[in-house]
Amino acid sequence: MTIKPIAMRDAFLEEIWQAMQKDETIFFACADFGSPVLDKIRADFADRFVNVGIAEQNLINVATGLALEGYKVFAYAIAPFITMRCYEQVRVNLALLSKVRPLNVNLIGVGAGYSYVVSGPTHQCYEDITLMRALAGMKVLSPSDHVSAKALFKTCVEQTGPKYLRFDAQVLPVLYEDEKQAANQTYVERHTGQKICMIATGYMTQTAQKVRDVLAQQNIEVGLVDLFDLSQGSAAQLDSLLARYKAVVTLEEGFINCGGLDAHIGSHTAAHHPNLRLMHLGVTPNYHFELGTRSELHDSVGLGVDTIADKIKSLSASL
Amino acid sequence: MTTAINDLEAKAKWVWCETLAINKRAPETRLASSLSSIEIFVALYYGNIVRFNPKQPLDDTRDRCIISKGHGSICMYPILADLGYFSMDELQNVCKAGSFLGGIPDPVIPGYETVNGSLGHGLGVAGGVALALKRKKSDRQVFVMTGDGELHEGANWEAIMFASQHKLDNLHLIIDNNQISMLGYTDDIVSHKPLEDRLSAFGWDVKTVDGHNVGAIHAALSEQKHAASGKPTALIARTLKGRGVPGLENAPLSHIMNPKPELIDSLLKEANP
Repeated sequence: MTIKPIAMRDAFLEEIWQAMQKDETIFFACADFGSPVLDKIRADFADRFVNVGIAEQNLINVATGLALEGYKVFAYAIAPFITMRCYEQVRVNLALLSKVRPLNVNLIGVGAGYSYVVSGPTHQCYEDITLMRALAGMKVLSPSDHVSAKALFKTCVEQTGPKYLRFDAQVLPVLYEDEKQAANQTYVERHTGQKICMIATGYMTQTAQKVRDVLAQQNIEVGLVDLFDLSQGSAAQLDSLLARYKAVVTLEEGFINCGGLDAHIGSHTAAHHPNLRLMHLGVTPNYHFELGTRSELHDSVGLGVDTIADKIKSLSASL
Repeated sequence: MTTAINDLEAKAKWVWCETLAINKRAPETRLASSLSSIEIFVALYYGNIVRFNPKQPLDDTRDRCIISKGHGSICMYPILADLGYFSMDELQNVCKAGSFLGGIPDPVIPGYETVNGSLGHGLGVAGGVALALKRKKSDRQVFVMTGDGELHEGANWEAIMFASQHKLDNLHLIIDNNQISMLGYTDDIVSHKPLEDRLSAFGWDVKTVDGHNVGAIHAALSEQKHAASGKPTALIARTLKGRGVPGLENAPLSHIMNPKPELIDSLLKEANP
């Protein structure tokens, strides 16, 4: 049976709605940001829902207060706003305070990378992996389709601590027809390769899948790892896999060479896999106001499927 | 526990002395800010306003007291020790390696609820706590102490709007209105005046008192705590930064000033003849 693709947020919020029926300690807070499933939560659990208005700083502070009183909190807003508008609230009241108080606050940021295609750079989000990764103890989770997004719910509700969920704003093709495949995973090795392994996260796993298929037609077998968990330390879980390769290509829909996925993998491999060649692909840091489709935007910053395939082909020839 | 006003006044005098003594041992502490808030804390903790349990600081039956102007609450160190949260001996170790009593209090200190070194966070968190308690139908109250300079942080005003929207009459803001931030008088920097009118316009029940009259503070807080008017309450305490210390009191740059050790010695001697 084929799973019909839906938005990550709707898949995840459906899990929350289901869980709220049994677990009275789940509280949902948003900064005036909705979704069709959120309408159900608002209607059915009004006593465990609050909309703080367009006020992300207060969203984090209120979420902190709710969590201090024992609620498992899901706080929901557009990705750049829930990460950057209120960064110090997240740092002080979630990252710092959670060192001495048990807090379960899950920040759901919608609009990873270029996913708000025509809304421009205010709504697009290329810095969040770097910023959230920099906070000690912050779990950073980045699914690649709605099935893998939904699979993260169990971790969020069961594990104490602050977490950031980086969701795409668009409905993306389903990559995991079998839900079990994505459940409770730091990563999924979608394909094994010969010399090169791509490590991608979020939407770039969708791109990497296409790159892999293009290269396979040319008899270049490239591995593909879909990394969901970008938290500090998660790269160590790739050790045995990395040992099989000569080169790794990281792919992220975020600024490159600024401490994102590239640094996450690169700093680990530098220490533990010094002979591994690295190629980091992402968005060259800049802000663009030109409109285009997501594919055109990606082409303009060197993240098109064919461009990436060519780069990997050259890398392969050099190994 | 007593609410006899002269007992509260005596306690305030003792806290003032202990706070000066701490500053002499640990000049990294912010003395002037901690001298404007003494009577407020004494009224809260010795006047049966805040319900607390030193043996179990996070006991669910406690009222929540969130100190947002952390640096200006060094006077809480002797109060918490006196109430049994930790040993009086610990007051000798403020700012020393290995102690939990830092130059700015952190929630590793029994009796502190949240992180407060960065200003402008306490009221918003208190709003979340107050909402949680309301939704759980708890009768516990939430007190939050801010400075007036701290109100320059915009997140406070997000919280102020939020609290009245949700009728958080279990939330009680106390503003240590010493009218001086780090670089001078708040009126010369960004004025809050008329602060009472502004808070009233935002839907709060507001009172103003002499912030060094512990009886007046106690009376106002007793009334506000039980008002249940459907409005969050604010108590503007008119205070003096650096109160009682010549050269410090109401000095525009008092925030970062310390009296000389000899002056502290003579002030303590004068207070305890």
